[in-house]
Amino acid sequence: MEPIIATVSQLNSYMKRLVESQPVLGDIWIKGEISNFKEHYSGHLYITLKDDGGVLKAVMFKSAAMSLTFRPEDGMRVLARGRIGVYEQSGAYQLYINEMTPDGVGELYIAYEKLKKRLAEEGLFDEAKKKPIPKYPERVGVVTATTGAAVRDIINVITRRYPYCEIIIYPSLVQGAGAKENIVEAIEYFNAHKLCDTLIVGRGGGSIEDLWAFNEEEVARAIYASEIPIISAVGHETDFTIADFVADLRAPTPSAAAEIAVPSQTELYAAISGMAGRLSAAEVNYIKRLRLTLDRLKPKSPQSMIDDMRQKCDNLLQQAEKSFKLTAAEKRKIMSGLCAKLDAMSPLAVLKRGYSIAEDEKGVIKSVSDLHNGKIFKLTLSDGSCKCEVKEQENV
Amino acid sequence: MFEKSIKELEEVVNKLESGDASLSESLELFEKGIKLAKDCNKMLDDAEKKVSVLVGGEKKDFDEE
Repeated sequence: MEPIIATVSQLNSYMKRLVESQPVLGDIWIKGEISNFKEHYSGHLYITLKDDGGVLKAVMFKSAAMSLTFRPEDGMRVLARGRIGVYEQSGAYQLYINEMTPDGVGELYIAYEKLKKRLAEEGLFDEAKKKPIPKYPERVGVVTATTGAAVRDIINVITRRYPYCEIIIYPSLVQGAGAKENIVEAIEYFNAHKLCDTLIVGRGGGSIEDLWAFNEEEVARAIYASEIPIISAVGHETDFTIADFVADLRAPTPSAAAEIAVPSQTELYAAISGMAGRLSAAEVNYIKRLRLTLDRLKPKSPQSMIDDMRQKCDNLLQQAEKSFKLTAAEKRKIMSGLCAKLDAMSPLAVLKRGYSIAEDEKGVIKSVSDLHNGKIFKLTLSDGSCKCEVKEQENV
Repeated sequence: MFEKSIKELEEVVNKLESGDASLSESLELFEKGIKLAKDCNKMLDDAEKKVSVLVGGEKKDFDEE
């Protein structure tokens, strides 16, 4: 068969049809590590997937990239699903990614949930077992990497808030091989030498793999066994590791851990001057109260006793006088009442009005029948009396 | 040290405020309290930033840069 002559475009077009007609390449999962990650301003992601044996170009268009739940980074192992196509202009085949997940996360997640459940059942997360965080620590220990923002954040916050406190850093690996052993060693070291009052164990943010050391059982047990209260500070606010559950207190970030670990100097100054104020007020009140009591208890002098009695006498006298005056007045009133009555009964009053009284030796003559002609009787008028003789009688 | 002093200060203030102390006790408490407040302030005033890093079990100055 004669070799045919074809143009580059013809070949590329042929290859494209050939590749894209393979059902197996139409929907495939590819496992690999991200390298050369580029996010184009258009929103499309360009990635080279690689493994020990080779590389594969891949593209994830904006529409698919928008549904990503993580941020791809170089070095990350991923599972990418899509189709294999040929880009005719460059004659290269590539993976057109529809969806992508970090590789291994599924297994890690399961391991995490299992360990969490087991340790919870064992009581490692019990609130009752949590130690209080000292309010005014002399020394704060820090287990973290000396590179990276976490250690710097912790130092800055503590020295700004409470420079009185000493910070002791135990440099530790916080990810990758040896990290968990290193963290455990650090926690044990601080405890064995009683080096600090509060221990911050943590690191800055990262992927779930980066934070994995804090999900290891050995680390959890070391935290649980620690006699020094431990504040965990792993990753960002949304990251929850096993270490966070075991720790005496979980801080959302390393900076927050530092804020929790030490009081603020400004607030302390205010608290101290407040207490000094209360002290003075209490003392002043105390003395005032004593003076009052003293006044009440002071014995009286004889002179003041005499004065008191004199006054008492005067008072009694006044009272007696008053009641005496009262009875005299009352009696006078009664008497004048009686006098008036007496007066009204007095015959003199009747005589004044023009009446006269006739009397004989037997007394007042009240009837005509007691008289006869020629009888002499006495007639009393208002201003004197006279003797009268009856001349004639007349019955009414 | 600071923790001990500030806790003592709190106790002194509370005791004095309760009014249970005798006169001589109260004067003593007052003096003690004022001294504690001064000490606490001084401790904070004199505080120097102390950051060290453990290298081979020894404390070394932490080189921040």
